[in-house]
Amino acid sequence: MKTLVINDDNSLTKLGVVIQNTPLSLPSTRVNSCMDKSVSLQDSLVSVKNLSFARGDKKIFDDISMEFERGKITAIMGPSGTGKTTMLKLIGGQLFPDHGTIQVDGQNVHCLRKNELYTLRKRMGMLFQSGALLTDMNVYDNVAFPLREHTHLPEPMIRTLVLMKLQAVGLRGASSLMPNELSGGMARRVALARAIALDPMMIMYDEPFTGQDPISKGALVHLIKSLNNTLGLTSIMVSHDVQETAAIADYIYVISSGKIVGQGTPQQIKDSSSEWVQQFMTGAADGPVHFHYPAKDYIDDLLSSGKRY
Amino acid sequence: MIELLQFLGKATRKSFKKLGRATFFLLEIISGIASVIPRPRLLLKQLYSVGVLSFLIIVISGIFVGMVLGLQGYYTLSDFGAEETLGVMVAASLVRELGPVVSALLFAGRAGSALTAEIGLMKATEQLSGMEMMAVDPIKRIISPRFLAGLISMPILSALFSAVGIIGGQLVGSGLLGVDEGAYWSQMQANIDFEGDIINGILKSLVFGFVASWIALFEGYDAIPTSEGVSRATTRTVVNSAFSILGLDFLLTALMFGDN
Repeated sequence: MKTLVINDDNSLTKLGVVIQNTPLSLPSTRVNSCMDKSVSLQDSLVSVKNLSFARGDKKIFDDISMEFERGKITAIMGPSGTGKTTMLKLIGGQLFPDHGTIQVDGQNVHCLRKNELYTLRKRMGMLFQSGALLTDMNVYDNVAFPLREHTHLPEPMIRTLVLMKLQAVGLRGASSLMPNELSGGMARRVALARAIALDPMMIMYDEPFTGQDPISKGALVHLIKSLNNTLGLTSIMVSHDVQETAAIADYIYVISSGKIVGQGTPQQIKDSSSEWVQQFMTGAADGPVHFHYPAKDYIDDLLSSGKRY
Repeated sequence: MIELLQFLGKATRKSFKKLGRATFFLLEIISGIASVIPRPRLLLKQLYSVGVLSFLIIVISGIFVGMVLGLQGYYTLSDFGAEETLGVMVAASLVRELGPVVSALLFAGRAGSALTAEIGLMKATEQLSGMEMMAVDPIKRIISPRFLAGLISMPILSALFSAVGIIGGQLVGSGLLGVDEGAYWSQMQANIDFEGDIINGILKSLVFGFVASWIALFEGYDAIPTSEGVSRATTRTVVNSAFSILGLDFLLTALMFGDN
């Protein structure tokens, strides 16, 4: 994962140097990160560099870097509450990092203006954990929604496209159902059809397998893999379902406590000697991630006055 | 004492922060209105759910308020032998005050709470987030049409409330208590001023519609995305709208009718 950083805009770089060397320059890290026009030579669609992010006092990410290669399925795994979904929101530009940069297709997401960000998002699909279907529309209208919002295609053509997308996820027959009539697995498949409606360059999956029965899981695993291959997508998948993720991912990052504790191909992850990775992959109750939430001594607590917390 | 001051300081800071967020939110809504104009179907759908669906509660309340005014007005005016001015009393009360204020309170309770719950639940179920990720601005697509619908609906509902109330007053006054029907209408026609009474009443209802819609949409958008958060936001919408409407009514009345 070596990267060679080059500068593609001398004038901007010079300007950046001027700003950095001027004592009265703005203290904002964002000014400097937006001046950073470096690109990585390797074939990464998404590039996360030295990212730090905190919510209040809690550090979610502490200076981490990741690369997401074009055409591959890259998974981000880790225990609950480690900020996996937060990473997707940072990549999608819904959250701002405290430090570091995120580039998507060569564009620094957090330096874009709103209309530029929206233009970029049209090429980024996202599958939310809940599906996030619009509840006042049926399945057909949900899938047609991005097409109607962003294109001026005639209605017969939209119908053809919607039916094709629904056929791809096996739900053409459910086009007239309302979201409350769908099972969890079906809702996610509809959301997937909606996410690919505009033929994006990448899709971000937020916990696609959580709460699914084995059949739905199998269907989603198959869908994610086949869509990635047939549409030439780049997929970023956040999950803590070890078996399913390892079955389809090309590369896995395991994060915990704001750091990357392991990375590699699924086989490299399985063979990893890291205690963190092994605890996560084997599902051990105790290890570097403790079973018990930090508390005072158990015996002391039992023998104390019993004051209410 | 120190704790009390700390609590007050914290609460004040929190209120100002919220007011700041609400102001920026309002600016975004207003800038999003331009994108609603070329898409009238979005607006029509919201006019139906915000305005048309409030029609029944407004009409029923209006007729009862008018009937009560007719009854109370008759008892008071007949003591002075002035029962023929009942029409003026009913109409002035409704057009100047009760129409805009009561219909705005009903609007906040019926449509405002529904707006807050709808937007809050859309937030809790990640629908707004999903729209953002589909490069669709939820302010332009969801919020601004609802705001505009509230702004348009409120004066119409208020006028309807007043009109139905006047008919209710006439039903009781002329129909049941024997006030001359011709006197009821002619006195009203002679003494109710179009600009001073009716236009001012409409202006009031526009202001109330603006404030009630803003509060309802902001509370929904700013709600903590849990069931409890949405429930609290809905309550805040009704309470804050009621306070704002009643407070603003006093201010507007002082401004509009001060010279009379």
